[in-house]
Amino acid sequence: MKYTGKCWKFRADVNTDEIIPARYLNVSDPAELAKYCMQDIDKDFVKKIEKGDIIVADKNFGCGSSREHAPLCIKAAGISCVIAKSFARIFYRNAINIGLPILECEEAVDNIKEGDKVEVDFTAGLIKNLTTGKQFKAEPFPPFMQELINAGGLMEYVKTKKLRA
Amino acid sequence: MGMTITEKILADHCGEKIVKPGQLINAKVDIALGNDITAPLAIKEVRKLGIKEVFDKDRVVLVPDHFTPNKDIKSAEQVKMLRDFAIEYGLTNYFEVGQMGVEHALLPEKGIVLPGDVVIGADSHTCTYGALGAFSTGSGSTDLAAAMILGEVWLKVPASLKFVFSGKLNKWVSGKDLILYVIGMIGVDGALYKAMEFCGEVIKNMNMSNRMTMCNMAIEAGGKNGIIEPDDITEEYVKHRAKREYKFYKSDADAVYEKIYNVNVSEIEPLVALPHLPENVKPVSQVNNIKIDQVVIGSCTNGRLEDMAEAAAVLKGRKVAKNVRCIIIPATQEIWKESMKRGYFDIFIDAGAAISTPTCGPCLGGHMGILAKGERAIATTNRNFVGRMGDVESEVYLSNPAVAAASAITGKITHPDEL
Repeated sequence: MKYTGKCWKFRADVNTDEIIPARYLNVSDPAELAKYCMQDIDKDFVKKIEKGDIIVADKNFGCGSSREHAPLCIKAAGISCVIAKSFARIFYRNAINIGLPILECEEAVDNIKEGDKVEVDFTAGLIKNLTTGKQFKAEPFPPFMQELINAGGLMEYVKTKKLRA
Repeated sequence: MGMTITEKILADHCGEKIVKPGQLINAKVDIALGNDITAPLAIKEVRKLGIKEVFDKDRVVLVPDHFTPNKDIKSAEQVKMLRDFAIEYGLTNYFEVGQMGVEHALLPEKGIVLPGDVVIGADSHTCTYGALGAFSTGSGSTDLAAAMILGEVWLKVPASLKFVFSGKLNKWVSGKDLILYVIGMIGVDGALYKAMEFCGEVIKNMNMSNRMTMCNMAIEAGGKNGIIEPDDITEEYVKHRAKREYKFYKSDADAVYEKIYNVNVSEIEPLVALPHLPENVKPVSQVNNIKIDQVVIGSCTNGRLEDMAEAAAVLKGRKVAKNVRCIIIPATQEIWKESMKRGYFDIFIDAGAAISTPTCGPCLGGHMGILAKGERAIATTNRNFVGRMGDVESEVYLSNPAVAAASAITGKITHPDEL
């Protein structure tokens, strides 16, 4: 799977309250949540982005609450992929479970500027900065997660297992 | 080679003799928990699959505590999804307003979570139950849906960090200060993906309430779980509450830790975490002239009876400063009633504080005490992120209940000894 898009850069420790403030969590519809994506860190974010754009962030992206609404609203807003130096644990799990592609790569984060056009080969874990021509290799996805992704996400896996039983 | 308490619990729950950090396991879940924000997404997934029953009616727990009593129509719809699901699927443990409480105070109090359990909760502060000697971790809604159906969860066995606390606690220093100290020391991702095991003579003498406060904030250092070996204090707490069997696990003497931190608590004074990260920790004495507009004493971190007692000890015979709102939220109905019986409510009301029914409310900027632009609060809660309690230009400072109460009296961040 390949994604190409313009990059939007964020600092370290972006938390889930910034990604989707709790005041909007009285609904759970992804399209509704998407309207407020990243609002408390960049209030114009949703207006600026185009479908397929990529979020590039420093360490510990998605720290804080367990709200799955965070990866859901990023995905529903049209972001194709998130690249960060590292992800907070629950955000990482949630992103996998709902099918938001994420990659960990320090070098890429340090060598991508806001506005750069980037191509991500998710299967191979390759990140290419089309603006500068530099290429980076992301941390390979652990095999067990690839298995889950191949099954089509966690709920598909559950369905298969339940049917077998 | 020995195992840590975390590894032992996980090994027993996946049918292995030994597990090692990094190993992928499918673990049996003892309790699966959701609230009014996270459960609706999980319930939708369960219904979408056409599943008609959960893995165990006694072990799927739903607590509407975040936006309750329902703050608006949309919240009421979310809570209704939980209620309808609980009725239709025959759940034993659904807690309605009037019987509920902040989930992480409620579940231990009701004896629903017990030592040796594996608990999965769609709420990041699920790590609280590590204080009972359980493996307990936060997850998202899809993980909750899977756990509700299968009674299983996939986990990567975390490496363990050991924090050994020694020395003598100074006056007004509590579990909150120790965990803030740790977060300040290792940072908000200092324990990313890892188990945080708290031990040492200070922990051995610590009450359950403070142990829960410490494990509660493991997530604020990025931790997967916080955990404390169960002992006589744990036994005393659970023996009258448990309605099923439980098991005490202990770390082996030759268990392997990725890192061991030694903390001398004698050097720690009451701490405050400054905006906008819980790692921005400073001693109260070094935080000068920070005026506050609101004080919140409550939450899953510090809303238990001992916290109410601490606040009452400081507020007794004193008045909340003019133009400061002091909001006190006992975390459960039982804590509420006991606080009332002990006369804390007289103290709070005479001081000019408001007492709320149990709710997460202001902690996450939900309701019951939202901050306007430019306003500042000191709270006994767990997060001081940008906009956490209201407007993006408001600020939250985190502290223990005594410091929060002292600050309510002076109207600025204050050490209780200064009163």
